[in-house]
Amino acid sequence: MQQFLTTALTGLTLGMVYAAFALALVLIWRSTRIVNFAQAPMAMITTYVALVVIDAGYSYWIGFAVALVAGLVLGAVVERVVVRPVEGKSEINAVILTLGLFIVIHALAAVIFGSRYRSFPAPFGLRGFQVGDLNLAITGFGIFTIVAVLVVMALLVALFRLTDLGLMMRASAFNAEVARLLGVKVGRMLTLGWALAALVGSLAGLLIAGGSLVHPSYMDSVVVYGFVAAVLGGLDSPAGAVVGGLLLGVSLSFVSGYVGSELVALAALVILMLVLLLRPGGLFSHAAERRV
Amino acid sequence: MSEQAVTATQQDTTSAFAMTGVDVAFGGIKALTGVSLDVAPRQVLGVIGPNGAGKTTLFNVACGFVQPDAGTLHWQGRELTGLRPHQLAGLGIGRTLQGLGLFDRMSVLENVMVGADRHARSGFLSALLALPRSGTEERALRERALAVLSELGIADHAARLPTSLPYPVRKRVALARALVSEPDLLLLDEPASGLSNDEMDELGALIRGLAGRMSVMLVEHHMDLVMSVCDDIVVLDFGRVIARGGPEEVRRDPAVLAAYLGDEVGHHEDAPADGPADGPAATAGHPGHNDPVGG
Repeated sequence: MQQFLTTALTGLTLGMVYAAFALALVLIWRSTRIVNFAQAPMAMITTYVALVVIDAGYSYWIGFAVALVAGLVLGAVVERVVVRPVEGKSEINAVILTLGLFIVIHALAAVIFGSRYRSFPAPFGLRGFQVGDLNLAITGFGIFTIVAVLVVMALLVALFRLTDLGLMMRASAFNAEVARLLGVKVGRMLTLGWALAALVGSLAGLLIAGGSLVHPSYMDSVVVYGFVAAVLGGLDSPAGAVVGGLLLGVSLSFVSGYVGSELVALAALVILMLVLLLRPGGLFSHAAERRV
Repeated sequence: MSEQAVTATQQDTTSAFAMTGVDVAFGGIKALTGVSLDVAPRQVLGVIGPNGAGKTTLFNVACGFVQPDAGTLHWQGRELTGLRPHQLAGLGIGRTLQGLGLFDRMSVLENVMVGADRHARSGFLSALLALPRSGTEERALRERALAVLSELGIADHAARLPTSLPYPVRKRVALARALVSEPDLLLLDEPASGLSNDEMDELGALIRGLAGRMSVMLVEHHMDLVMSVCDDIVVLDFGRVIARGGPEEVRRDPAVLAAYLGDEVGHHEDAPADGPADGPAATAGHPGHNDPVGG
């Protein structure tokens, strides 16, 4: 019972982070048909930005906020400078570009911040709660992780569902050509989409880093898990990404807890293969087809 | 009701939208030759012609999808030639899109709301930092979209997805989306296609109701609709204007009878070779008659 609860709660927390990261991938995929592999190093570099701010003597929260803003700006810059020039060409061009960016940001981080492990602070306790005889594996930071992701998701839902801006963004994502003809400034919507995705990615980076160690490749495995979660949810659906992230987090946590932690990455890839073989449109697709 | 519109036309003779001497060729084939037309403010101009007369090309030129090889386009005294299709929305020109172009995964209401972006504020950072204000604007947008939907009699379907609706209703959704931006000029491409006679009558009344609020250019194959709705009609055949004028004038024009109605009625079974030959011959025979506006 103790182990089951611990495993489930750990999985839930981790799943929230995967969900956030998957959401970042889905936001970009559904508007541009690009899988942004640079999402991981982008999140990594903004976490280093937070670390620099915190090391300079400011509070964790200022570092946290600066990192999120840095993510927003970085996303917009990447879209304008790197992705925009290949817009309208084959999507593979942009995907290769994001892979290149992956390597470039890695190298830059190593040059600027060094490639040694550095510890990243957490604003809340990292010890579990005691309820009777049971040690709950959920930590203060774990609760913060869950709440932070939920808040960001609620804000995104509000943006997309309740504002005209979100409406224009959805229209641009579903059919850019028609949206453009109706006078929607599709280019701006794409930039904003990338900026928001990078912000969500940065949040995932900060939450993974909290109370742990950072180095230039600490996010690299997360891009794999985030991608698997996004595929689980169908790549096109933000809600699917969230559910996919939670499912994956809990599943991997059980693999780690009951089978062996060295098999976690393998399990993620097996899940990816199974989904692609059996339900290529994601767990929630009505039909096995997707218009591209 | 058409008498009122005619009076309005006579009072206000300045042109809102004008094409002058437009030539379009695709490879060696001339799709349009020297086409000139005017849409007066708050008037309905119909463009008719048999299949292959160049109606679609003309519509695409008006929308900016096809750039003319020669000739100019003007809108409210401003040259439009060379503008790209997506720039028209900001100039107060609305249009329906071929294949309707509805967003399948957004509700009818949301589809219409996207069309209203002309009046939405630009600058996404200000929007992002001012969500409450965004909320107010969104409410205003929603109300305007709902008003247009009820004007077109489809407010009941506001929450549905377009894919779940029959084609005539989807056509109205597309029309609502073009109207919600309150354009000064509305370009309609074959609005009657796929509609029953009753639906066409309703559409006619609807378009008639729009005149007085905006200019309409109606490119349409269906003769009855054009005759009942338009203040002025331009008849195309083989890429040239072969006649223009009011519905009665056009109906009696011998060139139109030969080219368009002859083609449509098609009872000359004793002389099949004459049919196609009539068109260009009639066109060549009436250049002076055809060009009162273009000059």
